[in-house]
Amino acid sequence: MLKKRIIPCLDVDNGRIVKGVNFVDLIDAGDPVEQAKIYDSEGADELCFLDITATSDNRQTLLDTVQKTAENCFIPLTVGGGVREIKDIKNLLHAGADKVSINTTAVNNRSFVKQAAEKYGTSTIVIAVDAKKNSHNNWEVFTHGGRNRTGINVIDYCQEVESLGAGEILLTSMDRDGTKSGFDLDLLKNVTSTLNIPVIASGGVGTLEHFAEGILDGGANSVLAASVFHFGQFKIKDVKRYLADKNIPVRI
Amino acid sequence: MKIAIINYGYGNLHSVNQAFKKANNDFDLNAEIEVTNNPNEINKADKIVLPGVGSFTDCSNAIRSIDGIYESLQEQVINKKKHFMGICVGMQLLADIGYENEKNDGFGWVSGTVEKMKVPLDFKIPHMGWNTIQFKNNDLFKDIDENSDFYFVHSYEFKTVDENILATTNYASKVTAAIKKDNIFGTQFHPEKSHKNGQKLIKNFINW
Repeated sequence: MLKKRIIPCLDVDNGRIVKGVNFVDLIDAGDPVEQAKIYDSEGADELCFLDITATSDNRQTLLDTVQKTAENCFIPLTVGGGVREIKDIKNLLHAGADKVSINTTAVNNRSFVKQAAEKYGTSTIVIAVDAKKNSHNNWEVFTHGGRNRTGINVIDYCQEVESLGAGEILLTSMDRDGTKSGFDLDLLKNVTSTLNIPVIASGGVGTLEHFAEGILDGGANSVLAASVFHFGQFKIKDVKRYLADKNIPVRI
Repeated sequence: MKIAIINYGYGNLHSVNQAFKKANNDFDLNAEIEVTNNPNEINKADKIVLPGVGSFTDCSNAIRSIDGIYESLQEQVINKKKHFMGICVGMQLLADIGYENEKNDGFGWVSGTVEKMKVPLDFKIPHMGWNTIQFKNNDLFKDIDENSDFYFVHSYEFKTVDENILATTNYASKVTAAIKKDNIFGTQFHPEKSHKNGQKLIKNFINW
């Protein structure tokens, strides 16, 4: 049976893991290479490496840090941040990424998604969507690491990138990010129920129950978390044991 | 013993190379592992690995666009019967025909076709993540527990006759997870990304 995946996320800024609340107030959370080794050995199903300030600082992902992370990682590695051109994808794959996550560039240039998927395969292209609820009670897509609003509806956007060849959606609730108050389950449900591709739930995990809710109520295929793992609140095996007890299929 | 990992511009070469080096090192195997697109190096190798990520069409075109690689593979694998391992699209390419985007000829080494997976609406495509496999008794799965999990990511599947199938997984229905025909071995899953189980499988291939 296909397992639900638990994915620790390394948000990297200037070569260090950082974690903030609602995308700001970043604090240092360690060395990405060392942390990747630990998560790999502790049973993570996949790793996500996001260079969170690459787009806003207008620079490319730290290829050498990606390479060192990949060398220590024998599980799938998704890398994102600052992907603007097809050659950026190629460089990341050469540095050892298995999947590449695209955010701002996909919003600005939808045909880039199609081009990327045709060249490197649907399964290599993850579209990261930063979603925030607006005053009209709709979820709106934000870009540049959550700095710029776009006026684009999240559900419409996810359906569009799926039709263009995206293989997976990494859906982050900006309202919940770093708050430990649980996933935005309404957002998740709305997205997972309308898509045929897998969705990674991100933003808001604070308790073991939250992981289960994201899967059972939100319909997520994978759950991503950062703070609870980086600061040692839970080990990956704690999460898996909890989910297994709830009859959720996980890789033990 | 020399193992050539074929570089034709597609596939997660870095990951495959790292995983082979780690298995070689951790299991004390003394193999020499090289990533190459040089037919002379492929000819000198004892075993050949063909990775593949991307579409059947692009991978198939890319291999045939590099002078001498396809001919060298034919000579070493089909005539000289060297041990060969295809990974993901690197396995799918061995079929007679692939139907991804358009109809394309495969190598025709293992009879069969590569077709879009058919699943009910509540199953997502790509089939992405860790799934349990069931395998026939074989040295390539030595030291690997029955019902172990391996990492899959694909939307197309290899349809072939039962005698070519070495392992299957279940995703709404039975899906080919590994094939074997004489000296030719292939996996739909990614051993290089399947942690300890993947390492054991790579060890078994090096020892094969």
